[in-house]
Amino acid sequence: MSTAKPKVAFYWCSSCGGCEESIVDLAEDILKVVDAVDIVFWPVALDFKKKDVEAMEDGSIAVSFINGAVRLSEQEEMVKLLRKKSGLVVAHGSCSHLGGIPGLGNFWNKETIFNRAYHTTPSTDNPDGTVPLEKAKVDGKELTLPSFYDTVYALDQVIDVDYYLPGCAPPRDLILNAVQAILEGKLPPKGAVLSPNKSLCEDCDRNESKPEKLVISEIKRPWEVEIDPEKCFLAQGIICMGPATRTGCGERCIEANMPCRGCFGPTDQVFDQGAKFLSALASILDTDDEKEIEKIVDTIIDPAGTFYRFSLPHSILRRRRMEAIK
Amino acid sequence: MSNEVFEPKLVGFLCNWCSYTGADLAGTARMTYAPNMRIIRVMCSGRVDPQFVLKAFSEGADGVLISGCHPGDCHYQEGNYKALRRHRLLTKMLEQFGIEKERFRLEWVSAAEGVKFQHVCNEFTEQIRKLGPLNWNGGKHEHSEA
Repeated sequence: MSTAKPKVAFYWCSSCGGCEESIVDLAEDILKVVDAVDIVFWPVALDFKKKDVEAMEDGSIAVSFINGAVRLSEQEEMVKLLRKKSGLVVAHGSCSHLGGIPGLGNFWNKETIFNRAYHTTPSTDNPDGTVPLEKAKVDGKELTLPSFYDTVYALDQVIDVDYYLPGCAPPRDLILNAVQAILEGKLPPKGAVLSPNKSLCEDCDRNESKPEKLVISEIKRPWEVEIDPEKCFLAQGIICMGPATRTGCGERCIEANMPCRGCFGPTDQVFDQGAKFLSALASILDTDDEKEIEKIVDTIIDPAGTFYRFSLPHSILRRRRMEAIK
Repeated sequence: MSNEVFEPKLVGFLCNWCSYTGADLAGTARMTYAPNMRIIRVMCSGRVDPQFVLKAFSEGADGVLISGCHPGDCHYQEGNYKALRRHRLLTKMLEQFGIEKERFRLEWVSAAEGVKFQHVCNEFTEQIRKLGPLNWNGGKHEHSEA
């Protein structure tokens, strides 16, 4: 027993649990992983506590896979602790990589989100108007909750991140490749996104069906039309993020006849996925007439939410201006 | 701070063939105009990647101008139409970020229109002066950054 197995930790922040599911979805392959490593921390599945992590030596965890965006002080504290204890940190999944769906909260702030969640949704039943407080006295004891930030952050905006596993959630082959690369020490340069650096269109089966000159004269939403299962979505007037999105996902959505929504984020050459997609989409609108252009633009209901569905916190602007939130 | 007069910072992306030459004409003709515009010469207004505009706002610009050849006059046939389509869509998107449409402007200025360039600079500067500073910080101050 001269060589101990490398230690691995899993943690979740603001996420839906799908990334945890992606680990479980390794199915029997998870046994190979468990054979090769020691899982020392995994709140969703194993009963280790924060104090167990605190007791570990700095750098003693070989790799921590952290999923979810950072929006609570507790999450910030935990990821900073894991960073200190880990040799490598992998941002696991879209939320951790780019901010993800929780990142869309950056169009709002704490006040408007609390107001909506605790007062105005149709299903809210809160006659006393109770809202969570960071400190409350109950039976003479003080109870505390983490603070809720106005802004959602991607993992690398809070701690140093070594690698990124993209996707909502990351597909099984990418996770296994990453684990294998870590075990064999065959890792790409620090900061790499562990998926091929080219756009989804390059791998898309529908690429062949794209007309020589791709133009759109009318934007349609997926529910408005019967989607041709063979033809390029953009050629059908349906917004597909493929041109501005990294490949490696296995085209799960495309195969289910749904356009790409962009969960893999941009390729290395692009800073801002939404702006790049906006650029591409505007370029192929089939008119030069000002009024016609404005008419088509009107039919794109929510450009920011559509183009930055998974990447708002990691975009150049990061969030809506606080002064502009009412 | 509050006693200081607000001087708008403007960034202008000017196409090489028309608008930059127009701005040059305003200069050589010794026209005076508001000095608030930082001019960046690009080969075509169609070269202006929306990322450039976002970058300008995120790094302190209070207003951004894209200026190119008049419709039909583009040196590359249709670059300015691309700029027009992007401008309209980006304007709509910027409003979702709380950036007013008045802060992002598209103008056609030909190589002969030094006077028009002078007007655009003066008018844009005054418009942004009235709107006030953008003060973009992107929610950076809540926690300690990595």
